[in-house]
Amino acid sequence: MRDYGGLKATEQAAKMNTLKRPHAASDTSEEEELPDDYTSNSDENMEDTDSEDEDATDSSDDDESEEDGDSGKEVNDNDPDGDTGIDSISEVDEEELNSAVNQDSSVASKAVNEYAEDSSDEEDIKNTVGNIPLEWYKEYDHLGYDVRGNKIIKPQQGDGIDEFLNKMEDPDYWRTVTDKWTGEKTVLSKEDVELIKKLQKGGNPSASEEMYPEWIDFFSGEEMMHPVTNRPMDKRSFIPSKWERLKVGKMVHAIKMGWMKPRQQKTPEEEEEDKRKRYDLWSDEAEDGILRRYRQHIPAPKLPLPGHVESYNPPPEYLLTKEEEEKWTEQEPEERRINFLPQKYSCMRLVPAYSKFINERFERCLDLYLCARQRKMKMNVNPEDLIPKLPKPKDLQPFPTTQALVYKGHEDMVRCICPDPSGQWLVSGSDDGTVRFWEVATARCLKTVEVSSRVTCVAWNPNEKHCLVAVSVGTTVMIINPGLGDKKMVSDTDAMLLSYQNEAGSSSEKELPVDWVQSDLNVKDYKTGVRLRIEHPKEVAQVTWHDFGDFFATVMHEGQRQAVLVHRLTTRHSQSPFSKSKGWVQCVKFHQRRTGGGKTMTMLYVATQRFVRQYDLVKQKMVKKLQTNCKWVSSMDIHPGGDNVIVGSFDCKNAWFDLDLSTKPYQTLRHHRGAVRQVAYHSRYPLFASASDDGSIIVCHGKVYSDLLLNPLIVPVKVLRGHAITKRLGVMDCAFHPKQPWIFSAGADGTIRLYS
Amino acid sequence: MGRMKKKYESGAATTYISRNKAIRKLQLTLADFRRLCILKGIYPQEPLHKKKVGRGSTAPKTYYHVKDIQFLLHEPLIIKFREFKHFNRRLKKAIAKRNKNAAERVRGNRPTYTLDKIVKERYPNFSDAVRDLDDCLTLCFTFANFPATKRTQVNLIQECRRLTVEFQHFVIASHSLKKVFYSIKGIYYQADVAGETVTWIVPHKFGHDHPSDVDYRIMATFIEFYVTLLSFINYRLYSSLNLHYPPKLTVKLDEDGDEERLTKDETDERVEALTHTLMTSGGEVVDEDAEPDVFENPDNPDRVEQAKVEMQQMKQLQGLFKGCKFFLSREVPRECFTFIIRSCGGEVSWDESVCPGATYQESDESITHQVVDRPKLATQRFSRCYVQPQWVLDSVNARKLLPAKDYFVGAVLPPHLSPFVEEQEGDYVPPEKVKLLRRLQEQDGEEDVPEEEEEESEEEDELEDESSEEEEGEATSKQPPKQKKRKMKEEPAASGKKMKPEMVEAGKAEKVDVTKQLARQQAEEKRLAELMIPKKNRRLYHKINYKKKKISQEAKALTEKREAIDKASKLQKRKQKKLSV
Repeated sequence: MRDYGGLKATEQAAKMNTLKRPHAASDTSEEEELPDDYTSNSDENMEDTDSEDEDATDSSDDDESEEDGDSGKEVNDNDPDGDTGIDSISEVDEEELNSAVNQDSSVASKAVNEYAEDSSDEEDIKNTVGNIPLEWYKEYDHLGYDVRGNKIIKPQQGDGIDEFLNKMEDPDYWRTVTDKWTGEKTVLSKEDVELIKKLQKGGNPSASEEMYPEWIDFFSGEEMMHPVTNRPMDKRSFIPSKWERLKVGKMVHAIKMGWMKPRQQKTPEEEEEDKRKRYDLWSDEAEDGILRRYRQHIPAPKLPLPGHVESYNPPPEYLLTKEEEEKWTEQEPEERRINFLPQKYSCMRLVPAYSKFINERFERCLDLYLCARQRKMKMNVNPEDLIPKLPKPKDLQPFPTTQALVYKGHEDMVRCICPDPSGQWLVSGSDDGTVRFWEVATARCLKTVEVSSRVTCVAWNPNEKHCLVAVSVGTTVMIINPGLGDKKMVSDTDAMLLSYQNEAGSSSEKELPVDWVQSDLNVKDYKTGVRLRIEHPKEVAQVTWHDFGDFFATVMHEGQRQAVLVHRLTTRHSQSPFSKSKGWVQCVKFHQRRTGGGKTMTMLYVATQRFVRQYDLVKQKMVKKLQTNCKWVSSMDIHPGGDNVIVGSFDCKNAWFDLDLSTKPYQTLRHHRGAVRQVAYHSRYPLFASASDDGSIIVCHGKVYSDLLLNPLIVPVKVLRGHAITKRLGVMDCAFHPKQPWIFSAGADGTIRLYS
Repeated sequence: MGRMKKKYESGAATTYISRNKAIRKLQLTLADFRRLCILKGIYPQEPLHKKKVGRGSTAPKTYYHVKDIQFLLHEPLIIKFREFKHFNRRLKKAIAKRNKNAAERVRGNRPTYTLDKIVKERYPNFSDAVRDLDDCLTLCFTFANFPATKRTQVNLIQECRRLTVEFQHFVIASHSLKKVFYSIKGIYYQADVAGETVTWIVPHKFGHDHPSDVDYRIMATFIEFYVTLLSFINYRLYSSLNLHYPPKLTVKLDEDGDEERLTKDETDERVEALTHTLMTSGGEVVDEDAEPDVFENPDNPDRVEQAKVEMQQMKQLQGLFKGCKFFLSREVPRECFTFIIRSCGGEVSWDESVCPGATYQESDESITHQVVDRPKLATQRFSRCYVQPQWVLDSVNARKLLPAKDYFVGAVLPPHLSPFVEEQEGDYVPPEKVKLLRRLQEQDGEEDVPEEEEEESEEEDELEDESSEEEEGEATSKQPPKQKKRKMKEEPAASGKKMKPEMVEAGKAEKVDVTKQLARQQAEEKRLAELMIPKKNRRLYHKINYKKKKISQEAKALTEKREAIDKASKLQKRKQKKLSV
């Protein structure tokens, strides 16, 4: 404990020393340097460095004091044990200390005294062996040689007991080290120990001195009694600056020239106040004419007002269901009908902020200045006014209204039907390869004629004295005598056909484009009713009779220039009326026209893909060419009067031509949703009908006036439905009853229906 | 023979000018052009013949009217824009040279401009300006609710706050509020300002997060103009009511005797000043409530009658809350409700600790209504009515004090319906609205009662159910005895029908057939006639019909939805009843 007290006292003394000494030194040095500093550095720099220095000194002082405290503690802890002091030092330099432990303390004390006052850096050379490993002198009793060449004898080495005794007795044992060059033991001074400790801590070895002394400011802001220097004032401090004068002159010039503006007199606040000053802007509204915009201004439409959906508490039906919400989220923002999700909150305090509010305001701003505006007249039309005023269908009776009978029997679609001129019988041809004869009134099938393939067209001879049906099957046209009705008439017909005698060897026969084949009486063919076969080179699409019942025409789509052939039954003669192909011929129609003076004109109407041509057969001249404006004509019929033609087309249109008016359609009727398959006029009543693939037959009232000033009146009176659509085909054919306001229709579903 | 006319040298091609050309002509940058267009109210126009205008091309381009651009050419604002450009350049240069002195000087000479002239130019008449007030008010209210951030200038926001509060003061003073609608987007107000109907939206008072896809510069340009416009309109409106502008409040003298006045800096507290009345600038406003002059107008007496009714209703609305003293609970949006109640003649206050501006305490015994938006209330005074805030809104929209029963604290609120919807024929009308209208009519006049009763009885048949009966009884507390009587009458008839079904059957079937047939026949006739619509009208006809169909489909979907919901709720009620039993 005694040691401890002594150590502390010395330490403090040393500290006092260190504090005092460097202080004085630094003071002097600064005094010398100061003037230089002032001349070289600007004011600011000086100040800056000053403050920094101060800071630094402060901090360093703090550090030191802390270190001191630490070291004191260490010693305090170590001393009672005695040997712990070694441990702490041994960390500094193991080698040195190890050797020191082995040395004798008594020898060392002498050597220390010898050099105590020597302050020079250069140590005396005591051993002259040089920088060699000292192991080489291990075996000798000397360590080397001194300057004079005498051996340096190794000091006596005590044994372990001596060592121990030393350790126990010598209070300075812990700071005794051995000089390996001389073998002397040296006791480290307190300063040396301090130094070692500092090094050990990685501190500054010379930090015992004050590194950052306090700064004493010479040129303080305070006004002193005496000037710092004795120098007289400069002249320039009395006279105005030339450069400033030049600068001001420049500014004055710039202001004069308007390049620079002097500062405004008003402060910004004052200006704000001025700006805010309000007055009645519209006090002189009377003279608005001058300022009124030069042309009509289009005001921006106002934002739509909110509906119930937008309420924070809407009726429950306005909220979206889960599916609707999903749909809403999937949609693009532009597609949505409402731009928010309806929500329901039970009370007002739960309503959150609307996140899109600013976006919506911004969009409105964009709309106001970016959207192109256009004045649009809002149509206030009552849709009822757009419907044309037409006579009521009720007033235009009779016309077929209800389905009366269904004729069932065909197994495939019925392609064509034709009632006989008396209206008692009906013939139909079907895809199942049969031609069936029906009694109209009872819907009974009276006769079936098997033909090899599908029937494309059937036509009853319009002459009431004959009982003949022309049937086109494939490339053949059969003339069938069904044997229905009056027996006499049937036999007369047969007789008429048999009466024909072939003028053998006639040259014309070779030229015939077709073969006329008469069935033999005994053959099965004859028994079924087939009387004649007319073999055509190509497939026959249509057969049509002339009103007299002697001539009939056939159409072959692929017949080129022979597409239309006119045959004469009585002479069994055929001829092609055209020398050139007229295009893809769709259908032909004869028409017997009565002109003044009991004369008649026979007309042939030929419908090609887009045009209808009217030929005078007697004069052998084309009379008119009608433009249908259709893509593909499907069917055609001639009004009994002869001045009106209706054309049906595959592009869902019917075109009504008034031949007296023009060659373009008088009216195009787009009534159907599907391709029009057949159009037909009634021979007695002012009716016409069109059958279409959409499964409907539309019956229209089509009245033609004899007064030339009145245009035909067309009023749709009934849409007849009943046929099922099979294979995307609906009604294939329709035909009016020759005497009654009834209509027959043949459907793709294999039935024939009668509407009355 | 005259000279050959060249193409695109007259007509549509020369009356319109594309945006790029316009910018080049004005020698402006795109941003300056945009600013100018916004301030001057110039907008692009859609030419009728785009191909002619585009000289053959139909590319999507924006076109301005040539005269609009010519009109802009002489705009003094353009000069200001150029000056500002120079100012910017000078300032930048001075800063770059670290010439503080020069920078200061340049800053002091910042070019300024006022938009007074432009306001007058765009709106030569006051009524024109008021007609265009919708967007102006909406944007001003939006800005007034913004927090001051980097993107939004503080002074603009404060200006907006000041102006909007001033406008609200005017509406209060003139009692011109017509309709209120609390939607999820914000609060819609409709007022009758200077003879024009003005509608505006105020966002809910919450923090806004500034969206990234919004260009605030554009909005700021708009607000710059709107602020000027609104201030002039406010001035004019205030002077029309003989009020001071800028507003001064008549505040009762304090105990000390010094008068409290709103100072300029207290912009936030202006809101709270809504509870006070404004000071008039001397001279009473002429009472316009006097009977309107009756003009002999034989052409449309209906219209005169309508106007009369409307006027009466407005008068009723203006004094709707007269004599009512409201106390707002702290969770109720103060600004909104103070504005509504005060503009309908009521008095409002709130807890002093929540916000300044309270005029009386909660303990005041003269308070008639307390607006509360909480599920429960611990203590309730007997002297006043505790209602949820929706009651105030619905009452204003109905122009009548509705029975507070449905709006008591904790009650399930009836739906809040939009007052702006005017249902056309065929539109869907929510059953709540039907009920409300009927009730109002019943209260109105006694002459119409018999008709209404019939209708109601039909309705009753439809809704006949235990649960619904109860509801009805609650809702129309005045009617129950009458209803029961009617039901009594109907019941025997219904039972009679059930007694003899077989005997009547044949006759019935025939009857139904006839009407159906007629309808079918008519429908068919119409369909046939439709076929003959000429081509040029056909599209229009189908368009109109399509729209009609859509509307009816929507209405149908809504009714079906409602029916399903009603059914489900009834079932649930029954279940609950069973459980409780």
